[in-house]
Amino acid sequence: MALLQIAEPGESTAPHEHRLAIGIDLGTTNSLVATVRSGMAVVLNDELGRPLLPSVVHYDADGHVEVGHEAQAGQSVDPRNTVVSVKRFMGRGLKDIAHIEAMPYDFVEGEGQVRLRTAQGVKSPVEISADILKTLRLRAEAALSGQITGAVITVPAYFDDAQRQATKDAARLAGLNVLRLLNEPTAAAIAYGLDNAAEGIYAVYDLGGGTFDISILKLTKGVFQVLATGGDSALGGDDFDHRIFCWAIEEAKLAPVSPQDGRLLQMRAREAKEYLTYHSVAPITIKLGSGEYVDLKLTTEQFNEITRTLVQKTLQPTRKALRDAGLAPAEVKGVVMVGGATRMPQIQHAVAAYFGQEPLNNLDPDKVVALGAATQANLLAGNRAAGDDWLLLDVIPLSLGMETMGGLTEKVIPRNSTIPVARAQEFTTFKDGQTAMALHVVQGERELVSDCRSLARFELRGIPPMVAGAARIRVTFQVDADGLLSVTAREQTTGHEAKIEVKPSYGLSDDEIAAMLKDSYSHASDDAFRRALREAQVEAQRLIEAVQSALREDAPLLSPAERAHVDGCLAKLQAVMMGDDRRAIDAAMDALGKGTAEFAARRMNASVQKALSGKKIGDLEA
Amino acid sequence: MASVESSFAGRDHFALLGLPRAYAVDRNELERLYRDLQAHVHPDKHAHKGDADRRVAMQWATQVNEAYQTLRDPLRRARYLLHLAGHDAAIETNTAMPAEFLMEQMELREAVADAHAAADTAHLDDLHGRLRQEMAAQHEELRRAIDETHDYARAADVVRQLMFQEKLVSDIDAALEAAET
Ligand SMILES: Nc1ncnc2c1ncn2[C@@H]1O[C@H](COP(=O)(O)OP(=O)(O)O)[C@@H](O)[C@H]1O
Ligand SMILES: [Mg+2]
Repeated sequence: MALLQIAEPGESTAPHEHRLAIGIDLGTTNSLVATVRSGMAVVLNDELGRPLLPSVVHYDADGHVEVGHEAQAGQSVDPRNTVVSVKRFMGRGLKDIAHIEAMPYDFVEGEGQVRLRTAQGVKSPVEISADILKTLRLRAEAALSGQITGAVITVPAYFDDAQRQATKDAARLAGLNVLRLLNEPTAAAIAYGLDNAAEGIYAVYDLGGGTFDISILKLTKGVFQVLATGGDSALGGDDFDHRIFCWAIEEAKLAPVSPQDGRLLQMRAREAKEYLTYHSVAPITIKLGSGEYVDLKLTTEQFNEITRTLVQKTLQPTRKALRDAGLAPAEVKGVVMVGGATRMPQIQHAVAAYFGQEPLNNLDPDKVVALGAATQANLLAGNRAAGDDWLLLDVIPLSLGMETMGGLTEKVIPRNSTIPVARAQEFTTFKDGQTAMALHVVQGERELVSDCRSLARFELRGIPPMVAGAARIRVTFQVDADGLLSVTAREQTTGHEAKIEVKPSYGLSDDEIAAMLKDSYSHASDDAFRRALREAQVEAQRLIEAVQSALREDAPLLSPAERAHVDGCLAKLQAVMMGDDRRAIDAAMDALGKGTAEFAARRMNASVQKALSGKKIGDLEA
Repeated sequence: MASVESSFAGRDHFALLGLPRAYAVDRNELERLYRDLQAHVHPDKHAHKGDADRRVAMQWATQVNEAYQTLRDPLRRARYLLHLAGHDAAIETNTAMPAEFLMEQMELREAVADAHAAADTAHLDDLHGRLRQEMAAQHEELRRAIDETHDYARAADVVRQLMFQEKLVSDIDAALEAAET
């Protein structure tokens, strides 16, 4: 092997540079990073050879941030400053979180997203997740010794817009270029389908630590089409632990427990649960802070009994997803099991009984999502040749709508619509002379706005005064391939427009992110600054090459004047890109992007035309 | 609900996917054309390019999805054809329906309500089947009216009846769902 390595490490061997891309499974319990090496997806281990990074972050009083095994091991010592399962808080308000009374954190009251007060100040779930992602980025950079072009980050399929946005923000904060947010079950399907050359209808049943997803997919040659998805973004192995926790408190007649004892009991509960996967009785022994001992035994029968409703709770969304796909359980060819919690025998049995077949367990349920994400990242980075690739068609999990009169929701995009998708809806004024209109964007299936998730509120101002019902306000929802929504509103008679990225009430504003990034740069050494600059330069170089190659291929699509304008933008970017003014580089890239928008549209048009007519000829020959 | 645009880059949904403009559609052909086109324009195929290319890809993929969703569903396809032929107004405004049809629908509606109240899923399934059968005949009528006789007024009548029937089907689905949980 070593003999074949002619180039120095870090040097590119191929004329078409292989771009380093990674896939990250940002889990409730464990996170992983994977990449494609010599055509094979592999998980990248830490320096001790461990693939899983526990999603635990410890903020100590000395300003150290510990992520992973060390933080996990010390969690019962400093529970208040050790955050576990932070994913449960992503894009969530305080009132959305279950079992908050059993948590040892110092929650900060306030509007919008939950925040925790730690020894290192108030932290948002986005920042805490960013610390996990940063650890994985550093691991990948060390392993691959090179600049990472981009990352695919996985999210539960059932994550709503606020949760997705929060995840993307965390990735940006961690210094990652997000190629795509990918649904976890879909990532698993890619890993499974490509490995097994599978065709037909498959279900992916993913029960992790804190989330449950079910996706129904149709696999045909090179196409992964999600037909329907469902789930519960607050149901997972943690809830099984919690049932044991409550059972133990009742059995041992414990008074309210201290945060330390509580965390210890939670850890023991989890251990007992995992032990019961392989044994019929689990001992639960704890030495409390008071010196007293708790000594209990939990049998499989008891465990099944106290968790029966949780198991059933996963079958409801499963039924619904199948119904949405218009399929019966018997039409499913295989059920792929994902997530550590699917190891529980009662889950295996329930799934087998429902689908009338043994589920597929031949992939490591811990790694399959990360491997699928890496595989997709490699494709998105442009490392695979046309023809040697595949197509992924995913859906949004929850309907998107607007509030109308009387606190009712009007659906604009129904759940399980294939993305990207856009829909427009017209609204009108209800008062004479009304010049502004409040728009409230919500997500969910329920009829009452108060039962749905509020994503954003914004206002369209400057509507010309007219009689009630005369204005025509067209609201357009666009969901991109990440499943993220943006909304525009336009008054049709005057063309007056208002546009927002839907920054959920729970999200961070662009300014906040910029401030946080700047903050982290100024705290770190010059290194961070140089790194960001270097990233911008690499990005600029890529853009220049892309435009130049487009010009070589399709120059005739531009008039001489248009060509001159593009050349001008190119020259401008080339002039500033090697300097150290990041802002100027960004501005020049922006200008080049805008200057080539029309060109890009014409190119796509021409290439589709060519592809379609090419096919017609092919059809005639066949 | 308005689609975002009924034509894109000068193409209607049929032209976009490369299908003849007709009510009768070969489902397999539609699927194949859809996938081939998405394989070309989908944002995943352009993810490594610049902003401008990625935006164009999203617009195209969005439109291809819209075209596919519209043409895949027979009722939406029929409405779209009426729209292209300039007859969509008839669907919204002319609400008169034959008395006989209305009577029958009312009876069905009552039967659904009774079965729902009694949580009689077998009867609900039954009604579902009966309605589906009637709708299949309606779709055949649509095909004749649009593709053969070009009688768009007649087609608009059938479309309105089908909208009525689809609503009832979704009511039955909801009742079945409620009965199961
Ligand atoms: N052998 C086992 N038996 C039962 N549960 C297990 C077992 N191994 C792991 N788990 C549970 O799986 C969950 C973590 O699964 P994982 O897929 O890593 O979650 P996430 O994707 O949320 O990070 C935890 O609740 C853990 O206790
Ligand atoms: Mg997981």
